[in-house]
Amino acid sequence: MSVLVAELAAKALKLNIPLSVQLDLTYRCNERCVHCYLDHHDHGEMTTAEIKDLLDQMADAGVFYLTISGGEIMMRRDFFEILEYARLRTFCVKLKTNGILIRKKEADRIKALGVETVQISIYSHIPEVHDAITKLPGSLEQSIEAIRLLRAHGLNVVVANVVMSQNVNDYLPVRALAAELGAQFFVDPTITPMMDGDRSILNLNVDEAALREVFRNEALVGNVEEFCAPPLGPDEDALDMLPCSAGHTACYVSPYGDVYPCVQFPLPSGNVRRTKFVDIWRDSPQLQEVRSITLRDMPSCSACTHGGTCTRCPGLAYLEGNMRGPSSQDCEKSFARTGIPSENLKAKKAASRTSPLQLVQIQGLQPAAQNFAAAVPEDMAVTA
Amino acid sequence: MNEKRYVARSTAIAARVLGNEMMIMSATNSTLFTLDELGTVIWEAADGATPLDEIVMQKVCSKYDIAPEVAMKDAEAFVTGLAEHGLLLVSDQPFEQAKRLSAEAK
Repeated sequence: MSVLVAELAAKALKLNIPLSVQLDLTYRCNERCVHCYLDHHDHGEMTTAEIKDLLDQMADAGVFYLTISGGEIMMRRDFFEILEYARLRTFCVKLKTNGILIRKKEADRIKALGVETVQISIYSHIPEVHDAITKLPGSLEQSIEAIRLLRAHGLNVVVANVVMSQNVNDYLPVRALAAELGAQFFVDPTITPMMDGDRSILNLNVDEAALREVFRNEALVGNVEEFCAPPLGPDEDALDMLPCSAGHTACYVSPYGDVYPCVQFPLPSGNVRRTKFVDIWRDSPQLQEVRSITLRDMPSCSACTHGGTCTRCPGLAYLEGNMRGPSSQDCEKSFARTGIPSENLKAKKAASRTSPLQLVQIQGLQPAAQNFAAAVPEDMAVTA
Repeated sequence: MNEKRYVARSTAIAARVLGNEMMIMSATNSTLFTLDELGTVIWEAADGATPLDEIVMQKVCSKYDIAPEVAMKDAEAFVTGLAEHGLLLVSDQPFEQAKRLSAEAK
């Protein structure tokens, strides 16, 4: 992050301005990726007029970076009308697409409309592997053709490579492919739960040995020694740190107008069909609660040696049951990176050693069930 | 300078007010710029129809304690700098939509 961008982010934080928003236009998609965290149905998407009104509201609220994503954004027939309107309101627009529906005509319009970046996922350089992940025959060839077209128009293209068990050996060849196409590249070794809380797709995550290999690859992380250095533990400054931009300078809006702190943080915070965007941003109790949390408020993480350097995702922690708790996937990443287990991993290991031998006492149901329901913290109720 | 100069914001930019300053990103090379309060005043008034000297007199000199000659000289340098980065379009004629698009295509 450049100094200027960091300064602007700090200023937005101070002024409580939602600098960045991801807006999903649809969850419908022409691919069926095995690791996708969305369903692919239309449960009542916002209309063109509703989206234009939302764009007006977001521009007035100070949103600058607008990521338009899905689902596949071009499944909406009004996609270019929406994009044109977003650029008229002078958003800095990034598109996330699989590129399948991009031909010369579409590339011409994307270029003419001044889109900042187009991100396209490439899972493997091998068609059989990529197409098996997207479940769409010929999809690798079509996505690569879209990248070539967009690059030929001088557009910035980012190739995103999600690493999972099916393509664990392919991230370096995909990086080479991106370089050949003149595209930027980033690798993401995290499969996240579905937005409805279903965790079954987590079994696609790579194992610790594969993660370790990613984190020790100089081409990906730069200075390996520095990147994988043992953590020093959080100091006083770190304890007052904010977890990430979710809910602080960024949020996510679903195709149905639901507002969440982030696409990976499905804490329902309001709906723009009922409440003005800026009122949700300023007054939503859920967003205010997210903003109130610092590392100091996280019992396990504040005592963890990784506390100050961990990539802990509050949304993944929320999906695990407690937005003030650890995100085990990030604990595993910290361990793979440094070889040092987090407090959470140590506690889990201790529990796994002792729990099979514990005597479980079965109690009467009536009072216990009532007490449990009353005691469940609000942030454990995953309702999305 | 006796000739009127007209300034218009390019459409190949992203822009938003943040507090009392303007963030502008060039869509051609993703370079980010910020304008201070006075720069923001001129930027927002750059509608392609109002001459720069009128913008300076009406929006700058009437509200800020700056001598007109100094303000005009600074404004000329300011718009020239932004034009060099493709953020503003400058012409000796008022901008019409077609003319503006044509200038951008170049």
